[in-house]
Amino acid sequence: MNIIPFLILFPFVMAVLMFCIRPNKVRNAIAYIGATVIMGGSFFLMGQWIMGGCKPIQLYYETHYADMAILCAEIILMIVVTFLCFKYKKYWVSILTIVPTCMMAYLELFGPKTAEIAHIYIDHLSILMCLIVGVIGALIVIYAVGYMHGYHHHHTDIEDRRYYFFTLLFLFLGAMFGFVLSESLLWIDFFWELTSVCSFLLIGYTRESIAITNSFRALWMNLLGGAALAIGIMYFTFTERNVSLHYLVKECMAGNNFAIIPVALIAFAALTKAAQLPFSTWLIGAMVAPTPSSALLHSATMVKAGIYVLFRLAPAMSGTITGNMIAFIGGFTFLITSVMAIAQSDGKKVLAFSTISNLGLMVACAGMGRPETIWAGVFLMIFHAISKSLLFQDVGATENALHSRDIEDMHGLLYILPRLATFMFIGIAGMFLAPFGMLIAKWSAFKASVDSGNIIMVFFIAFGSATTSFYWTKWMGKLVSHTHLTEEKVKDITKKNEIISLTIHAILMVLLCALFPLLSKVYVDPLLAEMFGKSSEVLPQSLLYMLVVIILFVFAVPAIAFKFSRTQQFNRKLSYMNGVNTGENKAFTDSMGEAKTLWLSNYYFYKMIGQRKLMLPSQMFAIAVLIVMMIMVIGGAA
Amino acid sequence: MNMILRIVGYIVLAPIIGGLLEGIDRKISAKMQRRVGPPILQPFYDVKKLFNKQVILVSRSQTFALISYLALMILTGAMFYAGMDILMCFFVMSTAATALYFAAMVTSSPYATMGANRELIQMMAYEPAVLLSCVGFYLAEGTFNVNEIAGSGKLDIIFLPGFFVAFVFILTIKMRKSPFDIATSHHMHQELVKGLTTEMGARNLAIFQVTEWYENVFLMGVVGLFFINGSYISVIYAIVAILLVYFLEILIDNTSARMKWENMLKITWIVTLFTAGVNLLVLMLVRVA
Amino acid sequence: MAKLKKSPWLLHYDGSSCNGCDIEVLAALTPVYDAERFGVMNTGDPLQADIFLITGGINTQNKDVVKQLYDQMPRPKVVVAVGVCACTGGVFKDCYNILGGADSVIPVDIYVPGCAARPQAIIDGVVQAVELLEKRSEEHKAMKKNKKKGA
Repeated sequence: MNIIPFLILFPFVMAVLMFCIRPNKVRNAIAYIGATVIMGGSFFLMGQWIMGGCKPIQLYYETHYADMAILCAEIILMIVVTFLCFKYKKYWVSILTIVPTCMMAYLELFGPKTAEIAHIYIDHLSILMCLIVGVIGALIVIYAVGYMHGYHHHHTDIEDRRYYFFTLLFLFLGAMFGFVLSESLLWIDFFWELTSVCSFLLIGYTRESIAITNSFRALWMNLLGGAALAIGIMYFTFTERNVSLHYLVKECMAGNNFAIIPVALIAFAALTKAAQLPFSTWLIGAMVAPTPSSALLHSATMVKAGIYVLFRLAPAMSGTITGNMIAFIGGFTFLITSVMAIAQSDGKKVLAFSTISNLGLMVACAGMGRPETIWAGVFLMIFHAISKSLLFQDVGATENALHSRDIEDMHGLLYILPRLATFMFIGIAGMFLAPFGMLIAKWSAFKASVDSGNIIMVFFIAFGSATTSFYWTKWMGKLVSHTHLTEEKVKDITKKNEIISLTIHAILMVLLCALFPLLSKVYVDPLLAEMFGKSSEVLPQSLLYMLVVIILFVFAVPAIAFKFSRTQQFNRKLSYMNGVNTGENKAFTDSMGEAKTLWLSNYYFYKMIGQRKLMLPSQMFAIAVLIVMMIMVIGGAA
Repeated sequence: MNMILRIVGYIVLAPIIGGLLEGIDRKISAKMQRRVGPPILQPFYDVKKLFNKQVILVSRSQTFALISYLALMILTGAMFYAGMDILMCFFVMSTAATALYFAAMVTSSPYATMGANRELIQMMAYEPAVLLSCVGFYLAEGTFNVNEIAGSGKLDIIFLPGFFVAFVFILTIKMRKSPFDIATSHHMHQELVKGLTTEMGARNLAIFQVTEWYENVFLMGVVGLFFINGSYISVIYAIVAILLVYFLEILIDNTSARMKWENMLKITWIVTLFTAGVNLLVLMLVRVA
Repeated sequence: MAKLKKSPWLLHYDGSSCNGCDIEVLAALTPVYDAERFGVMNTGDPLQADIFLITGGINTQNKDVVKQLYDQMPRPKVVVAVGVCACTGGVFKDCYNILGGADSVIPVDIYVPGCAARPQAIIDGVVQAVELLEKRSEEHKAMKKNKKKGA
């Protein structure tokens, strides 16, 4: 299993290379190769694991040198962050990095002797995460090469530091691999901090004042989570003399009181990473970063780290106060942020809110911690990773061509930039329309929350899905509207590598939708069996047949209808404007006898449900819930 | 075999029943206004006429979207009457509604766009009630499967009165009746002309009309599901209930004026929360105890 | 094609009229006369209409509007000019801005005279329009058939 150290270390090597090589052409070529190798590596790992019979594998019991290397790296990380905090005069943030790092260092050097454990753990869930990180991460790197070229072409005021950008991208990929493969909590903590810092540096890439403010907000929120994680680990190590994640879960399931508090703290950390309320603002602020980093970190992979941890803890949380707290926060976030998403017209903001909202649903699924909900959560995660990555990249490419990412400006995009609009359409459809997996996952989450008697979740999901379809559908409607209002010709300047990445994403999306039942049977069911110790069929057979019918139908009918609508004979009429249509369906004659161009807009209700109005109260509410619940957890355990 | 029969039955009979219901609707409305009213077969005359007119289009893609709407709606109803998963039926229905939204949006005409936007708000307003009704069935019967719900021997309405009220309430929206006909006004000379259907002329309007019939028959089936418990007498209950509900909708239609969308959204959500919510709470408590 | 006869949908346009005829047109559609029993519906949308009812004369401003509305209606269609202004221009005929009756811009099939035209007369005009509509639809059907044969 030499592939594992390779997967973790290779991106770090790539990062160094990216930093050192300054000629763009050479670096781009190497970035392509690196991305391909990473993608290949993750497939190779999966191949090896399947050859080995898909059994959980535990590796690397003796890792003294690696431990020391990680400790050194952690201290370097701390120094870098502290330096930046002082440079930008955010002194207090540095406490959040110094304290946890010191705690970890103390634990490593002077802490109690812990039991011998494996440091790497491979099972269905970590392989799945590896695939998401490897495939989507690599595709995003490929896309980034083209995108950053265009980005610096348009934003001449921003210093071209592409070497730095790619360094961070690769650094992040390495951290993600390390994170999902680690079993040792100490290792997990290091990789956790590393992803936080990568995200912080990428948000501040442009060095504009807003970028710096937002990057520090992201930093302190994520570091706060990291601190909670460190405290949890410390507590667990001192009480149980063990730093294994699986041991922690097992102890907690067995009802060990000492395991409840660390689980609650780690779950709290996961909330910050997954940008749940009250920590949602960092992810929205993160949208100032260049699009590839938004796609990679803030929707497709990094925020999934929080979800991944929660899935790991799910069996331990099922039915406990911690689980209820997580489920409630998740469900609440799902509803409130989807309401706030309605009020946004900036494409990237909508994506950010919908990311938080969907993460909320996943968090809720993990919090309920039943096999059905985890099943739903895993599918939500897969579909969300692909479709969000697709959407982010597509909005980025559209912005490069259109010079705007406002949804109102995307009126008739299907006729202006047909390729990009089609990709966007597929991405959005994947988020909520039948027969894409998102919907069936929702079905399952719904059923499970009824089964577990969680009334409040039933309401969150019922109302949340209504608001979710609202903002997606109105975006889609904008794309298909016919007359385009822009006078000047828009040129599709999307680079070839961007298109390659987008196409692969779209194909993956449709494939997943078609192979969905199969995937459930051969992969997700065993995953649940592994997690809960018993296998259960979540998807009833009858539903499976129905899905096949719906899939065939939804793809076949429009195809036939399309063919029919192309061949029919008809008379074209002007659209109805009380008889004063000027003849092109985009302007009417006003009372002064002059042509007036139409401006059609969607509903946003920003005065009623805008971010300004709803964010603060809901944050307050979430904080109150968190505090009360944490007190109950700790009080109950102590 | 039985299943195929029911699917074919739905596909063939639904437009006939739906058309007849609309004819009766118009007749009763006329009587309420002390008029003679059109013949009961009037909706069929209208549709036949529309099919025979010159094919006109504002945008080519509209037909495409409308045919998808029709097909998806038929799929919804067929799934329901074949006795499949009720939650999936409603998911497919919302996909169908999205197709209708596209049919109005593609034209980019001011009135159609306005109607389409309002249609979206309507969708947002009725979706929670619809989903919660499914939850209600699941709580009462322990399954989402329509066949099992219908053949269980339990009279669901006894357990689900709150859900029933919520569902009937949103039926007014789905059936495009006053006071919630805010996406397509069915009286002329209003600020949104014909709303959603403004740019649908001739054959396209006919497709839309037929789809509405399919939809109504599906929705009436859901109303009936509250009363059916597998025995023959319950079928009679169901039919009586359906007719009463339909009459109630006509009555509401003729006695109220159109509302603003804000009020519609608020009232619908509040009613849903209260009736379905209280019912859900009680059911869950009973279940736990 | 008897169906068209049973379902004539109206589009009512008010040209530069004194509103007298408009009131009468609407009166003819009230429950008192119950036009719906013949399947008549007043639609506001030319794309869905069969019969175009015009009241009032044509002036320089509304001539394009009338033309466009007429053009938006699908065949077969019939135009009814209601009231003397719509027929000839009426008392406004010699005004500087009046072009004349509705037939100065679109072909008018049925003329309903009167100032204002009485509801009975309007209904009579519509009934005649329905007869004509039926004839037109036969023609339309034959034309479609020929086209198919030709193609």
